Amino acid sequence: MKNNGHNFLPPAVCLPKCPTGIQGLDEITGGGLPRGRPTLVCGGAGCGKTLFAVEFLVRGATQFSEPGVFLSFEETDAELKANVASLGFDLAGLVRRKKIVLDHVYIERSEITETGEYDLEGLFVRLNHAIDPIGARRVVLDTLEALFAGLPNEAILRAELRRLFRWLKDKGVTAVITAERGREQLTRHGLEEYVSDCVILLDHRVNDQIATRHLRVVKYRGALHGTNEFPFLIGDEGLSVLPITSLGLNHKVSNGRISSGIPRLDAMLGGRGYFRGSSILLTGTPGTGKTSVAAYFAQAAAQHGDRVLFFSFEESPNQIIRNMRSIGLHFEPLIQRGSLRFHAARPTLCGLEMHLATMFKEIAVFEPTVVMVDPITSLLAAGTDHETKGMVTRLIDFLKGRQVTSLFTSLTHGGHALQQSEIAMSSLMDSWLLLQDFEGNGERNRVLYVLKARGMAHSNQVREFLISNRGIDLVDAYIGPSGVLTGTSRVAQAVREKAEALASRQEAGCRKRELERKHATLEQQIAGLRSEYESEEMELRRIEEQVGTRTRVLTAERTELARLRHADATVANRRQSKPKSKSQR
Amino acid sequence: MKTRTVKRLKSDSPRRSAKLWQLRLYVAGQTPKSLTAFSNLKEICEDHLKGRYRIEVLDLLEQPQLSKGDQILAIPTLVRKLPQPVRKIIGDLSSTERVLVGLDLRSAD
Repeated sequence: MKNNGHNFLPPAVCLPKCPTGIQGLDEITGGGLPRGRPTLVCGGAGCGKTLFAVEFLVRGATQFSEPGVFLSFEETDAELKANVASLGFDLAGLVRRKKIVLDHVYIERSEITETGEYDLEGLFVRLNHAIDPIGARRVVLDTLEALFAGLPNEAILRAELRRLFRWLKDKGVTAVITAERGREQLTRHGLEEYVSDCVILLDHRVNDQIATRHLRVVKYRGALHGTNEFPFLIGDEGLSVLPITSLGLNHKVSNGRISSGIPRLDAMLGGRGYFRGSSILLTGTPGTGKTSVAAYFAQAAAQHGDRVLFFSFEESPNQIIRNMRSIGLHFEPLIQRGSLRFHAARPTLCGLEMHLATMFKEIAVFEPTVVMVDPITSLLAAGTDHETKGMVTRLIDFLKGRQVTSLFTSLTHGGHALQQSEIAMSSLMDSWLLLQDFEGNGERNRVLYVLKARGMAHSNQVREFLISNRGIDLVDAYIGPSGVLTGTSRVAQAVREKAEALASRQEAGCRKRELERKHATLEQQIAGLRSEYESEEMELRRIEEQVGTRTRVLTAERTELARLRHADATVANRRQSKPKSKSQR
Repeated sequence: MKTRTVKRLKSDSPRRSAKLWQLRLYVAGQTPKSLTAFSNLKEICEDHLKGRYRIEVLDLLEQPQLSKGDQILAIPTLVRKLPQPVRKIIGDLSSTERVLVGLDLRSAD
């Protein structure tokens, strides 16, 4: 028996497992059903017991080359073949190729009279005869409880059943025994007493008019197993169990970036847009432009060679195409080129698991690199909060496992309070953009925040979000003392600021001119003073000149007088010095 | 009640007066239960159907494919192939009374 990778126990301790091939079940049980032992599958009517059993055999025969025997107590061979053909199981072909033996055991109580001791050796012989010729490794008994209705003596029956299970174990076949769910115990006739190695419970219940199938491993002797209730569904490829826990958190991560299609938004997200393979949540109240942001991303990605799959749960593809044309997006060429694909469905069309399965299938077929879900909240209508979260987890895990970038829009209901479910959902998301309405001044304006963006230095700023016929644009919202202003208030504020600036510019000009004038006046005054000063100086020079002239004239006159009087020269010279000193004084 | 049933049997039942009773006893090896069943059957037939019956003993261990044809689960099983319709009696046939009722040789009361 091949040991599956994530088992840390040494192989000797580990219980050998028999892979069922049923999607998801082998992950829950850590490799499959206990090999060589019987497993009880119980559940109410119509919960998929027979299908489980058939799939176990078919997968065994086709994938693990283990032939099988199907001993049916309820349906005839022909009915069985017809029933499972719709799931793509070619039971008839497998029977022809001797991979599977179908045997219908028919018990009619009214034909049978009981007289004295007996045993069920006939059943053993029959089973043995079916097993041995094809070398069967797997056996299904569906539904063994029909024996209780057909055979009156329960004491004998119980003893024989005990012997049967022992016999099956000795035979070394892995058996699946189906049984009806009982009222107070797992099965109506207490078969779990005999089959004690592994018990799987199937359940089909209706919550709020929506039916969901669940699978639970009640018991698995000697092995670790997922104990939760896992939703499962019956699709057109058989059963698939959708485990949450099995996937784990070990996705490969990418450092690549992908543009959101809106340059300013890319700038807010560390300059280069979203991470490839990350999940993005876009929440917003009605009419805030969630679909538009998603559509922009879709267009940008599709144009840059990504394959985009758009799940729409609100609008038909044609409506989206029309509406997006109004903001300048043209999807038709992208659709024709095959890089964009729409899948639209009403959320109430089917249950949550069915939606999930459909989405998985679409993704597997189209192999997109970018997936949009618009809006994820519509799916809330198809299940409870808890289920939706589980579903979103599985979807995100699935997408991340495939390195697909995913964008989910989510509708919030007014106000600032975020719904509980969104908070729960947001923890699964790598980036969270919030679109919000601001109401005021008789208008609504949209703003956009980046609430979180794991692994990048994202902007903490509010940006006003404009949708026009040219497309989406982000502008800086006005943030001032009176709060955040958007829309016309932002424009009004800008105008007001402009006016104020103009006024102050004008005032300054005015003051400048006044000062210049004053300056000019002062200069004039200075010039006046200067000319006065100059004229005074001229006057002074003139006076000085006059004084000089007069002195010269006087000297000349005195000399002349002296000459004229002819005074004794020597005496005169002596005396002359005296009057001269007198005159000098 | 009794008289009415008897009347019906008398008037329209060909079974008691059927020419040949074809009986099959399915066994799986020579187990004590099988042997008991066979001797019980032999006794009842001698008592009630003398000269008009044929018993076939089939051992499933030798011919396992036969179990499918008559839908045999319990061992031993006695199958009345003729007269129609087919009746099955399981067990070691130790209760003669029930065997007679099962074979429609006596009305149930």
